[in-house]
Amino acid sequence: MYYWNKEAECVDRERLRSIQSERLLQTVRHSYEHVPAYKRKFDEIGLKPDDIQGIDDLTRIPFTVKTDFRDNYPFGMFAVPMDQIVRIHASSGTTGKSTVVGYTRGDVEMWAEMMARTLGAGGTTKGDIVQNAYGYGLFTGGLGAHYGAERIGASVIPISGGNTKRQLQIMEDFHSTVLCCTPSYALMLGESAREAHVDMSKASLRVAFLGAEPWTENMRGEIESALHIDALDIYGLSEVMGPGVSYECLEKGGLHVNEDHFIAEIIDPDTGEVLPAGSTGELVFTSLTKQALPLLRYRTRDITCIDDSKCGCGRSFVRMKRVMGRSDDMLIIRGVNVFPSQIESVLIEIEGTEPHYLIVVDREPGKMDEMEVWVEVSPELVSDAVRTLESLERRISHELHSVLGISIKVKLVEPKTIARSEGKAKRVIDRRDLNQ
Amino acid sequence: MKVSQLSVFIENKSGRLADVTRTLADNSINIRALSIADTIDYGLLRLIVNDPVKAKSALTEAGFTVALTEVLAIEVPDKPGGLAGIIDIIAKGGVNIEYMYAFVGTSGENAIVIFRIEKVDEAISVLQSKGVRILTGNELHSL
Repeated sequence: MYYWNKEAECVDRERLRSIQSERLLQTVRHSYEHVPAYKRKFDEIGLKPDDIQGIDDLTRIPFTVKTDFRDNYPFGMFAVPMDQIVRIHASSGTTGKSTVVGYTRGDVEMWAEMMARTLGAGGTTKGDIVQNAYGYGLFTGGLGAHYGAERIGASVIPISGGNTKRQLQIMEDFHSTVLCCTPSYALMLGESAREAHVDMSKASLRVAFLGAEPWTENMRGEIESALHIDALDIYGLSEVMGPGVSYECLEKGGLHVNEDHFIAEIIDPDTGEVLPAGSTGELVFTSLTKQALPLLRYRTRDITCIDDSKCGCGRSFVRMKRVMGRSDDMLIIRGVNVFPSQIESVLIEIEGTEPHYLIVVDREPGKMDEMEVWVEVSPELVSDAVRTLESLERRISHELHSVLGISIKVKLVEPKTIARSEGKAKRVIDRRDLNQ
Repeated sequence: MKVSQLSVFIENKSGRLADVTRTLADNSINIRALSIADTIDYGLLRLIVNDPVKAKSALTEAGFTVALTEVLAIEVPDKPGGLAGIIDIIAKGGVNIEYMYAFVGTSGENAIVIFRIEKVDEAISVLQSKGVRILTGNELHSL
């Protein structure tokens, strides 16, 4: 069995509980004193930081939601002055404004430690060559994996995403042993290797750490046999930290939550009621050690369940199942969060497009997720020239790209061909099979 | 001088073109010329019909999006070099042709070609100064 930090990862559960309690009190006090949004939430229900005496009182704390980030855009959720912030990342918000997160030097260190545990659980050591094909930038994936691998002392190739041919070339020439990327990209690499007649059974690659989008056991099987590796699931979200919040060990039986730094709860998404271990519901996280952005009971909108039985690897941390869905309408396309409301706001700005649109998401075998936006053209827009329509498609596509950061195919359709429904319109057709 | 042309937006799915022609038939509309510009996802069907106003309302009622544009129906000598001569005149006049297609019928000895031209009024004066005949909608429909 591999561990990066056996003492922490195999900590006695009683001891873990007291660490959590102590850290929770600090986090609650820090949040209340330095983030007006938290103070307001507490004051509204007459809760005092001192009322929280330990993790048994956790459920008394109000939830934090994604719109809190929007309401306090950009830095209002930060609990430290900007001179202590050393890093800023951002991800999509529901409309317009992105979700901005910040890190102190200590937070970046803690994050690197969490990612070192993650990579270590798959056997990564300082002798490894890590090909990091997560995107570098505002997205937390690239730098998150990078710092974790460096913390271990492995050799990191910061290749970032894309350019599949070069990825395979470098993998072969540099003898990469570890791969970090999204699962759909791993599938694509496998497919491209096959097409290029690269014999992966002779390659040095041994293990891949895949996350940032939903995937399935079927995909794991395909990736493992195409690349001749172990494929491990990793989980994180920028609001909570980034990748490394939870991670799979080689038992491949769910993702261990780094419980000395994050408390996980499962709630009923409709009532907010906490559900017992084993129940399926919405995942909620409370950070225990973060300084720049302490997070109290953050509703992730991810649907999963928690298994508190003992894992064969010996880690004492509970395991969450792979994410099964969302309790909101957010889509994750090639690692990028997309809300239908963002697409709507782009279309409203473009005259001549009807407010009727449909998002179609597909994942063909061996390919990356593809997203199409079908837009109804209004009578004023139809002309006799194809180029007018083509330039409209290009304009919509360009606007969507600048808002979402990923390329999306736009398809013009005849008016009134997108089904109208009573009440909530069906805006998304997701043809990816994410439940196998 | 100008002729009304209908442009119908048609998605590339089976039966859509048939829906258009059936609608026109049911309304006793005669199609005099047509062309289709196609892309991967959709096509634009351009039509010259005997009653463009009636055709537009019938198609709109049937759920199609229709645009009316003005084009020129130009007489072209039906012999080698006939079209070349007309296009030379237009090119020398400094106006651009967006697209063109042939009309089904003829005007006496001459062929008729439908031209969609950017600066249509300039094109008309250039062509008329060279004695080229441009047909009106009524002339076209009575052929």
